[in-house]
Amino acid sequence: MNSLPHLLIDLLVIALFLGGIYQFRHPKGARLGNLTAAFAILAAYLLVLYRHEIMDPGWIVIAMAVGITTGWIVAIRMDMIQIPAMVAFQHGAGGVAVFLISFVELTRATSAYLSTLGKISGLLGLVIGAATFSGSMIASGKLANKLNQKPTILPRHSMLLLGIASIIFVLAMIAGRFESSGNPYLLTILVALSIFLGIIFSIRIGGADMPVLISFLNATAGFAAAFCGILIQNRLLVACGATVAASGSVLTHIMCKAMNRDLVKIFVGIQQKSNTVIEQKAPESAKSKAPETAAVSKNPNEENGILKAVTAMRNSKRIVIIPGYGMALAKAQFKVVEMAGRLQHMDKDVKFAIHPVAGRMPGHMNVLLAEADVDYDNLVELDDINPEFKETDLVVVIGACDVVNPAAIDATGTPISGMPILLAHEAKTVVVCNLDVTPGYSGVENPLYEMPKTIKLFGDAKDTVTQLMEAL
Amino acid sequence: MADLFIMMLVFFFSFFIGHIFISKIPQLLHTPLMSMTNAISAVTILGALLLFSVETTPLEKAIGVTAMAMATFNVVGGFVITDRMLKLFKKNTPKE
Repeated sequence: MNSLPHLLIDLLVIALFLGGIYQFRHPKGARLGNLTAAFAILAAYLLVLYRHEIMDPGWIVIAMAVGITTGWIVAIRMDMIQIPAMVAFQHGAGGVAVFLISFVELTRATSAYLSTLGKISGLLGLVIGAATFSGSMIASGKLANKLNQKPTILPRHSMLLLGIASIIFVLAMIAGRFESSGNPYLLTILVALSIFLGIIFSIRIGGADMPVLISFLNATAGFAAAFCGILIQNRLLVACGATVAASGSVLTHIMCKAMNRDLVKIFVGIQQKSNTVIEQKAPESAKSKAPETAAVSKNPNEENGILKAVTAMRNSKRIVIIPGYGMALAKAQFKVVEMAGRLQHMDKDVKFAIHPVAGRMPGHMNVLLAEADVDYDNLVELDDINPEFKETDLVVVIGACDVVNPAAIDATGTPISGMPILLAHEAKTVVVCNLDVTPGYSGVENPLYEMPKTIKLFGDAKDTVTQLMEAL
Repeated sequence: MADLFIMMLVFFFSFFIGHIFISKIPQLLHTPLMSMTNAISAVTILGALLLFSVETTPLEKAIGVTAMAMATFNVVGGFVITDRMLKLFKKNTPKE
């Protein structure tokens, strides 16, 4: 198993994996990249079959048939807006596989020959796998709207987390000191505790922090797989696990940067404090303001607003559309893209500006708009579009709030202060199509709404855009 | 010991190269990327397969079959849905 040819073949398969990822740097090659990686998995699978004698082929065939059928059906039927929930669920499925494998490897007779590193890796795989499983299930439930989106904070939440983690650490130390084979009861308790840890960890994170959580779970799923690989002495598993861990880490970092958040603060809940303070304040002021603003702009102004917006569109040359998750919730993306197409026909330059945290997972908004047939060249990232806003005639904000909130630049001490935003307020005219004036998830009121150049169209984004289309 | 060394080398090498490659991937493709790496992380299917390389007790068999089914679900679901997503990304002429 450790001969040179084996090593070289393994390296070749690893190179295939990395080659697949490498092709993701451009949308043109990405599909081939995905197929390359899938092929690499198949090759790795066949290699293992070739190198080892496998007992019970019948059971394996049954298990795989079940996995292939369910995986295929779910993947074919999944709606693009549910992708984040699906991905989170899959992180969980990966976690289950890891802790089950680690459990068996640590308890069976062969575990007597494990090296210290093997034992440590096995225990880490067991704990991280189980925690990833439960954490992902919670995340998936939240993303699918089956669980409460708001962070659930228990009394002494951080202490509780720290307590469970310490108990797990001590138990793992005891569980690792075996001579012949691991104690199944102790390991079962360890799994149960880790599952509990994952739940406690995940319930505290919600709303706008979900992209961070899902990226983080991506990384832990990768680490768990890599540890599992060290345990069973399989280089391919180690390599793939490490690559995925790297990917999850990079995405977590990007998401944190996009929200100007510290990872530790999100997980330890420091941000939540300032958030709740603002939230308590915000509803009051929003309540006192909302009725009058809504009354003013909703009833008498609505027709006027639509008219004003349409005139602005006609007179504009360069238009930037800023979509937020509100647009996806209203399922308005198809209408919005239709409108963009019509504007393009009127010889206008229309682009979509995508904030990194628009949507529920990294890059989610791009997928939703691509599904609605937007050319990917018209989907522009924050750093590329921001210098252009000064020359932009019209910005149309659809279902987004925090990502265009100038308070992130001007105000200090709010949850979004310092967060990079799309500089919509620098454009000549702004049209806002949001449900109402209620602040976004951060709870910070948006001064953009009060600017004289802003035309506010409140109500369901789909209805609003349909009205705009009709008037256009 | 040599084995251990190679394992560590493989781990850090893959993490490092993965880090470089992934930092270059545009935001546009982050969702398909995560979906694909998710499928890749289900190489644990190899681990599940290797559970069956020695005699198994009924309990081990049950656990192994579950792990196998989960990992397969993950591999197939992950790659298929990534492909579906990537198919959506295209260049098209403005439509009427």
